Formats: sequence, structure tokens, C-alpha cells
Amino acid sequence: MSPVGRRGGTASTGRPLRGPWAGPLGLHHPGTSLVHRAPAGRKLVALAALGVVLVVLRGPTAATLALGVVLALAALARLPWRRTVRGMLPVLVAAGVLAGYQTWARGWEVGVEAALDVLTLVLAGTLVTATTRADDLLAVVARAARPLRHVGLPPETVALAVGLFLRTVPVVARVVGESRDAARARGLARDPRATVVPAAVRMVAHARTTGDALAARGLAD
Amino acid sequence: MIELDAAEVTAWSPDPAGGPERVVRLLGPVTLRLGERRVAVVGANGSGKSTLARLLNGLVLPSAGAVRVDGLDTVRDGAAVRRRVGFVFTDPDAQLVMPTPLEDVALSLRRTVPDAAERTARAHAALERIGLAERAHVSVHQLSGGQRQLLALAAVLATEPAVLVCDEPTTLLDLRWRTHVDALLASLDQQVVVVTHDLDAAARAERVLVVDQGQVVADDAPGPALARYRALMTGSSDAVATP
Repeated sequence: MSPVGRRGGTASTGRPLRGPWAGPLGLHHPGTSLVHRAPAGRKLVALAALGVVLVVLRGPTAATLALGVVLALAALARLPWRRTVRGMLPVLVAAGVLAGYQTWARGWEVGVEAALDVLTLVLAGTLVTATTRADDLLAVVARAARPLRHVGLPPETVALAVGLFLRTVPVVARVVGESRDAARARGLARDPRATVVPAAVRMVAHARTTGDALAARGLAD
Repeated sequence: MIELDAAEVTAWSPDPAGGPERVVRLLGPVTLRLGERRVAVVGANGSGKSTLARLLNGLVLPSAGAVRVDGLDTVRDGAAVRRRVGFVFTDPDAQLVMPTPLEDVALSLRRTVPDAAERTARAHAALERIGLAERAHVSVHQLSGGQRQLLALAAVLATEPAVLVCDEPTTLLDLRWRTHVDALLASLDQQVVVVTHDLDAAARAERVLVVDQGQVVADDAPGPALARYRALMTGSSDAVATP
């Protein structure tokens, strides 16, 4: 039997198998750096402020500077580069497409700025989740969501929804990958329905079971 | 003590002939008192054994009758029942919510342990007990199926429930992990109710319930109950006899 080159792939390249893509967000990378030690609330505020700054400051120079700052912070936090870059691959591709379109439509300055802004924001989000324990993030979100209690929305539930979001990104990636493999195995690799329909059905089933599991753990009470 | 008092579960079901929806009975009526430390529930796929397990934690509420755990009614005191009764699912992926093992166990403790440092310490201790402390910070996706099921167990046990209900906890595991999880379950102080297809595991229980077509058709010591189950599954004439 010939070895498969990629997970679920058919090429016999002999390359080692890779684990499923898990996305850039959501995985805590423990450490003691300045970024790790910064309070979770401040990091979230800084992330929001960065978003505003990127919108306000125009031009490729400001965008390059912002990306440089975030890259420096990522280096300071000793983020595992290989894993981070692999997690961001789809974002890099999307940024490339965006840059191409914007360059064609509005000129190279806008193209470069748009692509760098997207990369900066995703990398900054990755930096925050990698250097902050999910428990601390949930505590901050729960604190920030306290006013929602007056409209009948428990803050802990809002915080849990954020936690679920972080967890669901890699789950969606895995389910889509497995559905694509199943479609390939049936010789239906070119039919998008053979991937999308079972993936959607499985995600709905996953959502229902996760809801049951949350209820069983008393997290929904 | 778990008590089921003429508990029934019904559901709306579409009519295959295209007529209006009708009510079908999924389980019951079941009347039981479960006080044994180890109870196994066996039955064919779709027989109603998972519905029975879900009744015990309040995940499914009885359409008629009542289910009580230590006197707490699953309808009236649902939250209190869930604090007393932990539930482990077949597929740990559905149960693990947070990105890393440590964070997932800590999540279980958010309601009961307000201090974050203590929460983390207790979560770490829970992972150490099951031998996953070294993997506390890896992605849950990097754990093997067996490790994920252990983690799901740890996340439930961290809340120190009085009763643990497991719905086919070893169905997706290989023999090595099945043995490991079985041994862990056997070592617990809690009352454990396990739904299982593993007859060796069921044979180690003190009491075995056999569920068939929504009814508890046998409720006995493992020997006679499993003989009845085998007869049911193989269609032997013993199956016709009442337990």
C-alpha cells in the first residue's frame, strides 16, 4: 500500500502525515513573557483599539508599521511560528486575493494596506488567545457582559458562547475535512454537495450534542 | 438513591404514511430503585437505554411519572440534579468545549470555585489523577480518542458528582483504552450507571438492566440478566420468558 502524502490525500509523496488544520485562534501557548503577564482585559481592549487604529490610519506605511509591532509582540511572546503560520495559511491566501482585487480596483497602495490590515488583525487575535488562558478570557467577557443581565441574558452564557466559538473553528475544519475525505472515497471529489451536505448535517448534530453536553455539565443552568 | 416512578418518555413522530404526527412511546413506564454502586444497562441499538440514562441526569424529562435522585425531582430541581449527577457521553468531542485539557476541566469548576488560581490548581490535580497532566496545554485535537474520553471523565469528576452516568463511554475506544477507562470507572467512589455494549464490563456490575423496545425486560444480577439479553439478541426461545 502506498503512503498518503497528506491527511486523506491520495498523492504518494512519502511525506509525513499532518494533523488536521486547527485554525490560528484559540490555542493557549503557556509562557511568562510580558504579553502573557498582561491582564486579559487590557489585551482585549488593545485588540479593539488596534482595529480602530487600522481603520483610521491609511496607507501602506502605517499598515506595515502595525504589522511590525504585532510581529514583534508575537516574537516577544515566543509564539510557535510553524504552528502559527500553518494556522494562518487560509488567511494568507485570502489576504493575497484581497490584495490582488484591491490593487486592480483601487491601486497598489490600497491593495497592500487591505492585505496587511487583515493579517495584522488575525495575528493580533491569535496573539491574544495564545497568551491568555481561556478561563481568563471568559472571566473578562463575563464581566463585560454584566449589563446584559438586565435584558435577561446571563453574562456566563455570553462568556460560554465566546469559548464555544473558539472551540468550534477547528471542529468545523475537521468535519469539513472528514466529509471531503468521505466524498473522495466515494469518487465524488468534484461534487461540492457530497462535502457540504454531510458536513452541514454533522455540524447541526454536533451542535445538538454539544448543547446536551453543556446541559449535562450544568453549564446552561 | 435513584428512583424512577412509572417514568415514561413519549415523543411526536411523523407518520410514515404521510398522515398527521402521532405520539410514540420511547420508554416506559419504568419503575426502579437504583441504590447499587455499579449498575449496567444493556440493550440493542435504539432500544431506549440512552433515553433511560438521560432521564437520570434530567437531560430528558419524563412525559409522565417522575425521576428523583436523592429525593430531588429532575423536573422541579433540574439544576440541583445535574450538580449531583455527572454525565459522560459516547463521543468526547461533543463534551469537550475548551481548546486545551486544563481549560476544559477548569470550565467545569467555574460555577463552584470562584477563585481562578484555585480552579486551575484543582483542574491540574484532576488531570494528574488520570495521567494527563503532561498534556494539560496541548490542543484537545492532539489527544487520542482514549485520552479525550479520559479528559471528558476528568471534566465531569472534577465537580465531584455523587452519581456518574456514562452512555457507552468505551464504544469508540480500542481494547487498551477500554480497559483503562473501565478500570478508572471501577475505582470511583461514586455510584456509577453505565450504558454499555461491552458484556464483560456489564458482568462486573452489581445489577444489570436489560432494555428492549422501551421496556426494562430484565432487572437482575449480571448472570441471569445477561443470559436474557443474549437470548433476546440471538432470538432464542428463552427470550420469550418473562424475567
